[in-house]
Amino acid sequence: MSDNQQMSGGEALVKSLEHEGVDVMFGLPGGAILPVYDPIIDSSIRHILVRHEQGAGHMAEGYAHATGRPGVCMVTSGPAAANVVTPLPDAFLESVPMVCITGQVPYAAIGTDAFQECDTTGITMAVTKHNFLVSDAQDIPRIIHEAFHIATTGRPGPVLVDIPKDIVDPVNPRSAMSWYEATDADMELPGYRPVMEGDRELIRRAAELIRDAERPVLYVGGGVLKARAADALRELAEMVQIPVVTTLMARGAFPDSHELCLGMPGMHGNYTAVTAMQQSDLLISLGARFDDRVTGKLDGFAPDAKIIHVDIDPAELGKVRQTLVGIQGDCRVVIEGIIAAMRELGGADAQVDRTAWRSTVSGWQERFPLVYEQSAPGEKLKPQYVIEELRDHNPSDTIVASGVGQHQMYTSQWWRFDHPYTFVNSGGLGTMGFSIPAAIGAKVGMPDRRVWAVDGDGCFQMTAQELVTASVENIPIKVALLNNSYLGMVRQWQEMFYDERYSEVYLQDRIPDYVKWAEAMGCEAIRVESPEEVAPAIDKANEINDRPVVVEFRTDARENVFPMVPSGKTNSELVVDPSQQDRL
Amino acid sequence: MSAERFHTIVTTVENKPGVLARVAGLFSRRGFNIESLAVAPTDDERFSRITFTVDVESAPLEQVVNQLNKLINVVDIKELDPADSVSRELMLVTVSADSSRRGALMDLIDDWRAYVLNENDEQIMLSFSARPARLLEFEEQLRPFGITELQRTGRVALPSLGR
Ligand SMILES: Cc1ncc(C[n+]2csc(CCOP(=O)(O)OP(=O)(O)O)c2C)c(N)n1
Ligand SMILES: [Mg+2]
Repeated sequence: MSDNQQMSGGEALVKSLEHEGVDVMFGLPGGAILPVYDPIIDSSIRHILVRHEQGAGHMAEGYAHATGRPGVCMVTSGPAAANVVTPLPDAFLESVPMVCITGQVPYAAIGTDAFQECDTTGITMAVTKHNFLVSDAQDIPRIIHEAFHIATTGRPGPVLVDIPKDIVDPVNPRSAMSWYEATDADMELPGYRPVMEGDRELIRRAAELIRDAERPVLYVGGGVLKARAADALRELAEMVQIPVVTTLMARGAFPDSHELCLGMPGMHGNYTAVTAMQQSDLLISLGARFDDRVTGKLDGFAPDAKIIHVDIDPAELGKVRQTLVGIQGDCRVVIEGIIAAMRELGGADAQVDRTAWRSTVSGWQERFPLVYEQSAPGEKLKPQYVIEELRDHNPSDTIVASGVGQHQMYTSQWWRFDHPYTFVNSGGLGTMGFSIPAAIGAKVGMPDRRVWAVDGDGCFQMTAQELVTASVENIPIKVALLNNSYLGMVRQWQEMFYDERYSEVYLQDRIPDYVKWAEAMGCEAIRVESPEEVAPAIDKANEINDRPVVVEFRTDARENVFPMVPSGKTNSELVVDPSQQDRL
Repeated sequence: MSAERFHTIVTTVENKPGVLARVAGLFSRRGFNIESLAVAPTDDERFSRITFTVDVESAPLEQVVNQLNKLINVVDIKELDPADSVSRELMLVTVSADSSRRGALMDLIDDWRAYVLNENDEQIMLSFSARPARLLEFEEQLRPFGITELQRTGRVALPSLGR
């Protein structure tokens, strides 16, 4: 496309998206965005028509999680913009690169309470990394370029671009514009300068602290994945032989099967990961943010630990816990810097002797493994068993997208995440209904990979309609529905902290009929009720690739997620599985 | 850094619609308390300046600055330590001034170097600009005369000149 060609803002918007390398977008049209949907017909971009705009947002997130490329969604004004709000804070808390385009009433009508007007930039200001209201068609290529730049650089996040109808509608003279391919030189962002390189002095200081620490732990968060730093992390961990915990947002950033991997810390972390952090003398936090779900009661968190904190967002350094060495920078660049500094300090040989620490840690691993009891004949399935079978009957590079609740925790605990970008989940906002649309987005981005959604019955009922999208658009995801007939996670809290007074957590045993529902949406559906049926059902699902598959597992509602750090307690007050209580 | 509770932060922001809302929204959702706020264009029309005084007991100053820095439209941030900066605030005030007390009031106005902006038989409107603490003191002096209306601008500040 040559520069200076005359076109409408709508055409320019689609061209701009193509220019940014967008290959797929998720959306649903309506009045204000109609003029942009016309040039979509002739575009190279694949558009996936969703059934609800929330689905479009989560699909864009799933796509971004799995591919590392920004996810794109597009919806109309008013109610559609309101429907797409939930995925924005989700992507914000998860640091997911995403660009959301919303239609808006004509520029002159803004502020008049026009039909389907809502103040989209006002509503989303607090839940996006940045948002734009475009006022001039000529600005479209530049602003789209800025939106992608902001979404993907520094700490990634969602960016929303609100576009009034008149500047994209060819019948309106205000839509006339002269095309240009926007480049970095066109950007007008004087206040945006992300820093990649860490301070060398601080990196050196960090390396010295690591060398001398007797009980160090590498505390790895989602920033390591965002920085594509998994290889660098592995090199560092192996060089210094320091155990690694991966938070819910970072599962897969370090292989679970690695001997240095302790798994997930936090509220439902395993005993060893939680306790190693708690007793550590040096926490090396890489792209993590000391979330309350990880720290437990802050006063009592890792009381003896000095803190090295690496984050691309300087506002994270010292936000929650005072740091000794806070390094602003990209995790990959800084980890590589620490490795180089470590080498200068004598590398592996210069490390303090940590035999005692290693044997303490492996002692915990032996004494407090994750456990559950297999169901007795006639009892409902154990959810942990279902996850184990899923894990063992799928390749290790399978992408798993989970919903929010007990099933999410079981997935994190019992799956073996050996590759980065294989766990797609809503760990920051905790959005029920995330898994099905996110799995669809991941599958669209990674069509050659197997994608399983692990969902709860409560979550399923929030976004199941997107299985229609998956069927119609030929996106053969697989859904493992862990149906315990309850809002299980809430039920667990009521059981443990409200004297078993169950309030509004029972969904229903027979309604809905998930098999019929899934079939009606064009899916293959299988119901599984006993342990010996589990593996064959998974195998069968894996053989079907011409449509989505829903496998409903009828699971035991009495099962609770352990270990657990009760809300408001310190990590030292971790409650282990009842069968392990006497080992404490 | 001095241990004063209120620190002045001077930000240069892009002169675009909604920028003040972004800054104000950030303060409210992060629980930072703004003591005073002044917004005005700068000598460069692309930018505006927002000067605010924050209560550093509500949040560590560093957090306030770091979070502000994340706003894309914020171009520059300067924290002004009260010990190394000059700050001023302007107040407009209307005071009762019947003939019996008019003379005393005029003396006070002269002593404090305030200016009369507007007057009639019953009232005088005056302006006074000084350090924020002096504004309070002056207000106390005026109070016995009867203040009918009072408006302050919020402080603005610049770094002190070196020696
Ligand atoms: C949109 C939304 N609403 C409410 C919640 C609170 N919540 C967290 S987990 C949960 C229960 C989820 O139920 P289900 O999907 O059946 O999963 P289970 O815990 O039973 O595995 C609820 C209601 C939430 N996280 N998100
Ligand atoms: Mg459930």
